[in-house]
Amino acid sequence: MTGFVGQDQFLSWGRVERVHQDVAAPAFRDELKGLLAQPDNRSLLAVGLGRSYGDSCLNGGQRLIDMTRLDRLIALDSTGGIVQAEAGLALGDLLRRIVPKGWFTTTVPGTRHATLGGLLANDVHGKNNHRAGSFGRGVRRLSLLRSDQGQIDLASGEGSDLFAATIGGLGLTGIITSVELELTPIRSAWLDVERIAFGHVRDFFRLAAESAGSHEHTVAWIDCTARGSELGRGIFQRANWLDDGDLVPHAESALSVPFEAPSALLNSVVIRAFNGLYWRLQKSGRARQRMHYAPFFFPLDKVSHWNRLYGRPGFYQYQCLVPPSAAEAAIEELMREIEASGAASALSVLKTLGPSRSPGMLSFAREGATLALDFANRGAPTLALLGRLDDIVRQAGGRLYPAKDGRMPADMFRAGYPEWTSFAAHVDPRFSSNFWRRVAR
Amino acid sequence: MSRVIVLGALSAIGEATARLYAADSARLVLAGRNIERLEQVGSDLIARGAAAARSWQVDFAACADPAGELERMAAHLEGPVDAILLFFGALGDQALAERDPGEAARIIDVNFTAAVPWCLAAAALLERQKAGALVVVSSVAADRGRQSNYVYGAAKAGLGVLVEGIAHRLARSGAHAVTIKAGFVDTPMTAHLKRGGPLWAKPATVARDIRAAAERPGRPIVYTPWFWRFIMLVVRNVPAFVFHKTRL
Repeated sequence: MTGFVGQDQFLSWGRVERVHQDVAAPAFRDELKGLLAQPDNRSLLAVGLGRSYGDSCLNGGQRLIDMTRLDRLIALDSTGGIVQAEAGLALGDLLRRIVPKGWFTTTVPGTRHATLGGLLANDVHGKNNHRAGSFGRGVRRLSLLRSDQGQIDLASGEGSDLFAATIGGLGLTGIITSVELELTPIRSAWLDVERIAFGHVRDFFRLAAESAGSHEHTVAWIDCTARGSELGRGIFQRANWLDDGDLVPHAESALSVPFEAPSALLNSVVIRAFNGLYWRLQKSGRARQRMHYAPFFFPLDKVSHWNRLYGRPGFYQYQCLVPPSAAEAAIEELMREIEASGAASALSVLKTLGPSRSPGMLSFAREGATLALDFANRGAPTLALLGRLDDIVRQAGGRLYPAKDGRMPADMFRAGYPEWTSFAAHVDPRFSSNFWRRVAR
Repeated sequence: MSRVIVLGALSAIGEATARLYAADSARLVLAGRNIERLEQVGSDLIARGAAAARSWQVDFAACADPAGELERMAAHLEGPVDAILLFFGALGDQALAERDPGEAARIIDVNFTAAVPWCLAAAALLERQKAGALVVVSSVAADRGRQSNYVYGAAKAGLGVLVEGIAHRLARSGAHAVTIKAGFVDTPMTAHLKRGGPLWAKPATVARDIRAAAERPGRPIVYTPWFWRFIMLVVRNVPAFVFHKTRL
């Protein structure tokens, strides 16, 4: 029988907060009930591969259930394109099974090292959001184990509030034990990718609008270190699946950052140099190429543990979403603010999201533009900058992505997610997280 | 297509090894105590490509006729058996074993006494076939008695000598036997230990070495991950007056 063991090694992806937690890693679903039933007033949280950046996957001083050993496929219908699996199955593991059979998940986030439970609990979005909507839209059924109601099976389309609370519910509504997904047919593991350099944010919005109809996948990399008239330059990428019948799945990467780098490594000089170099390489590189899904969707997975490059203090990711009417002005203002601060975002990604409604009460994705920024944690100055970015996002009627957040003020969360009070009624009475204690208390 | 019998299919390393075979459309018999769990592992292996995954409920220690049981398992594979993999075992509680002879006996029973008849039955089956591999998972703990887990180490050392003898016996038969000496592996068995760091391996890493050992005769002892061979070379040769100063 698996029990809880105290440890301080489980970190979120941003590595800013270091907390002590009691962690249990059950190997079979039948062990979960026993873990829920332990008489104790400490709260619980089930977690996957810890790719949330901030504190939504932490439960400091309390208990975590590590779901990653529960990674079994339950049923795979490769004719109808439906898969049922335990919630701890990693997306990459699933793709290696289904791609050769001509299937893909309805959408994928920027990493394949996330569990199905984690994708669901954060209702992640991908480069095809304007077509496919968020991950939750592909969820047909899920099983939830709650401390107060036991095992509950929920299906989409039944109008269940608990289902809507669980999609994007940050794991707070109970343990997501298994998931059933609808898959999308593909005729190749490769994409036809086109790169277009642009010089200003307004060009990004023009490109995004004109590509929405013609391209299934769109995203842009922004050089947030460019200044003055070059502010907001970037590379727009748009792609469609090919149909050449080559269904080879990805291989696991061999490169890894084995240790924490000295925190001075990713300083603003290095970041500026890298972004400038990347800009020149991409601008002059081939405009159109056949590209495998792994480098296209998961470019950062090439190097495992890349987050260690930020060293001991870790880093913050800041991802906001602003509604369409305010998007262009707000994104430009955010960039000016970052430029003025002298801080450099190592990686900045800009994307427009489509009008399809996300199924979760706390789902992040809705129509508008989303900008994701990475900032090395330099303490107070970093937090002050993020506070100023908050003001711009708030003014624009936008919100922040809980999966990426480790510091937004409670009122910012509440203003961005007015449904949070109805959501709170569905939180399992024994479940909590650092994030939830921070924004809901 | 391989045909494989997994004794202890519910162990983390056993399941990880079965997944490697499943990806190449193997036919598998999954033996263990908990039938519901075996069915869960079996469904997963089928979805991962196994041509067959038959759950087989058995209590290894209580089984009166391992040879007959093994024959029946083999019959389900519809052809010669390529590998018989033995994973069952338990770490036990060393401190408790020092106070309670019952715990000491339990550790010896699970890791050694129960495994012996299964190994001998497997040897006989493979010898008759003149092909196939017996792969038995042991531990680096068997290489030198250490105060922290020497009852477990003694049981695994006994098992290692048995398998070494079987390897000798099978040497000219066409079949072969291998002892796997696993280092620290991140599994439920070691969940209570302080983990993390470069010495800790994932079950999938160890599984790759186990499969390679089953397919390649000529190396009756395999350390996994490979660097344990050199660590244990040092550990075995540290003089007692130094070794006894450590808390290993």
